[in-house]
Amino acid sequence: MSIPSTYHPLQGFYTLFRKEWLRFWKVNVQTILAPVLTALLFLVVFAYSLRGRVEIFPGVDYAAFLVPGLAMMSVLQNAFANSASSLMQSKMTGNIIFVLLPPLSHPEFFSAYLLAAVARGVIVGAGVFLATVWFVDLRVEHPLWAVVFGFAGSGVMGTLGIIAGIHSDKVDELAAFQNFIILPLTFLSGVFYSIHSLPPFWQALSHFNPIFYMVDGFRYGFFGQSDVSPWLSLAIVATSFFALSFFTLWLLRAGYKLRH
Amino acid sequence: MVPAIQVEKVSKHYGALRALDEVSLTVERGEFFGLLGPNGAGKTTLINILAGLVLATRGGARVMGHDVVRQYREARRALGVVPQELVFDPFFTVREALAFQSGYFGLRHNQDWIDEVMHHLDLAARAETNMRALSGGMKRRVLVAQALVHKPPVIVLDEPTAGVDVELRQALWRFVRRLNQDGHTIVLTTHYLEEAEALCGRIAMLKQGRVVALDTTQNLLRRHSGCYLELRLQPDRLPGTLAPLVTQRREGGYRLALRDYNEVERVIAELRAAGLGIQDLEVMQPDLEEIFVQIMRGADGQESGDDRRKTMDERRGQDGALHEPIEKIR
Repeated sequence: MSIPSTYHPLQGFYTLFRKEWLRFWKVNVQTILAPVLTALLFLVVFAYSLRGRVEIFPGVDYAAFLVPGLAMMSVLQNAFANSASSLMQSKMTGNIIFVLLPPLSHPEFFSAYLLAAVARGVIVGAGVFLATVWFVDLRVEHPLWAVVFGFAGSGVMGTLGIIAGIHSDKVDELAAFQNFIILPLTFLSGVFYSIHSLPPFWQALSHFNPIFYMVDGFRYGFFGQSDVSPWLSLAIVATSFFALSFFTLWLLRAGYKLRH
Repeated sequence: MVPAIQVEKVSKHYGALRALDEVSLTVERGEFFGLLGPNGAGKTTLINILAGLVLATRGGARVMGHDVVRQYREARRALGVVPQELVFDPFFTVREALAFQSGYFGLRHNQDWIDEVMHHLDLAARAETNMRALSGGMKRRVLVAQALVHKPPVIVLDEPTAGVDVELRQALWRFVRRLNQDGHTIVLTTHYLEEAEALCGRIAMLKQGRVVALDTTQNLLRRHSGCYLELRLQPDRLPGTLAPLVTQRREGGYRLALRDYNEVERVIAELRAAGLGIQDLEVMQPDLEEIFVQIMRGADGQESGDDRRKTMDERRGQDGALHEPIEKIR
């Protein structure tokens, strides 16, 4: 006796999320393991060359200071890369029509790509944490703050990735987005240092970088110390997320670059 | 009853280019409808507007009564589209691709139907094969299957047989015919006019974004009342009085266009009077190709012979060969 097929309103969203999840999970050496390894190399090089010479937070070893920064950087870069490369590849190969022909609503489309990006970001971040925790003495004062910023940060970057993926028609356009916007903003966000160690001008400029608040808030979860209040960081990250989300939904509704 | 497809004064402009110019047509439920026209006539643009992949500059379209923009979810649920490009997702197997497509339409427990579709398209043996490893013909079958996973009442096939071998083409048409007999509305674009003639009950011809003919296939064929006469003569020399009738000089023979059958008598009488022996004589009905060429020429009235030849070549497909006779498709 066969089961008749049934319609379920959440099935479309769930299927697209599952497909996006499998897309990166099937190649996890490249999408999970490789970025974890990159973060470890950063840690080895910076932590050992600067060991004993730098103490940013009192009583916190530089290697320990660096781990949350590197974990967050990996979270952000991978969340962005996931949605951006998936959408751009689909557009380039033409198989984007498989998700444009079905009756998926704009919020379903958006949230499925977003959730897969967040998943990859958080998994890579957890991977960096798990790989380093064995040889770096790390304390976690407020785990909830760390989790909140991990998810919120990857949400912002996953959304930016959707925008970049929709906008880019070629690999080099996406690479430009990545190299000239995402990479400088991440590197200048205090991943490797506290912004208090910067000259006043650069310190002031850092306050306009939303990624700074993601890294700073995330680090607060570990050390209970940060450059600005975690509440301020959370407000700024949440505002960025909602603004970018509404913008993305508007792009999808208008059919920008997807439905000409 | 609400028609399967309603297109009302749809225009699509890309800058100065008018891909579609006030196109209106209706396809009733259960029809097998053909959309013909040379490259760049706007066939794919029209299909993409129905599918919601392209937004019309002006005018509106409905699928099963649902506006393709305002009620896009209902409209897309009613529509299955087989795209012209051979696209696929290299990350997944055939079964995964079909399960995803079914899921995007909100369906659960659809495995039985997916298995049935795979069976009919001879995909069952390749169900666990990665899409990347399939031949072009197999990928084409998967595209057809993907359009059918949600059992759409209206199925649009955009040149599904371009570059496809004879065997698959015939299997495909058998399957599509069966879907049509089961009550599905079929819209087909093709370059192969024999296919359209054999399959479609009604045909719209597009040229430069406009509908230049819209009628039943029978009426279109009847529109041309004349016939053709193919002759081989001994000796191979045509009397001067018949020269104006020649449309083609073939190897060892002539093709004459006649206004009606009565003219055959006159031609034979003149050949006898000139003392010529008839080696071979064949009277032929005009086919859709002749009508297509006439309509395409008549649409702006000043096309050269080059254009006519181009249309003929298109019909022969990229491989330049004529395709199998209609009887086989039936």
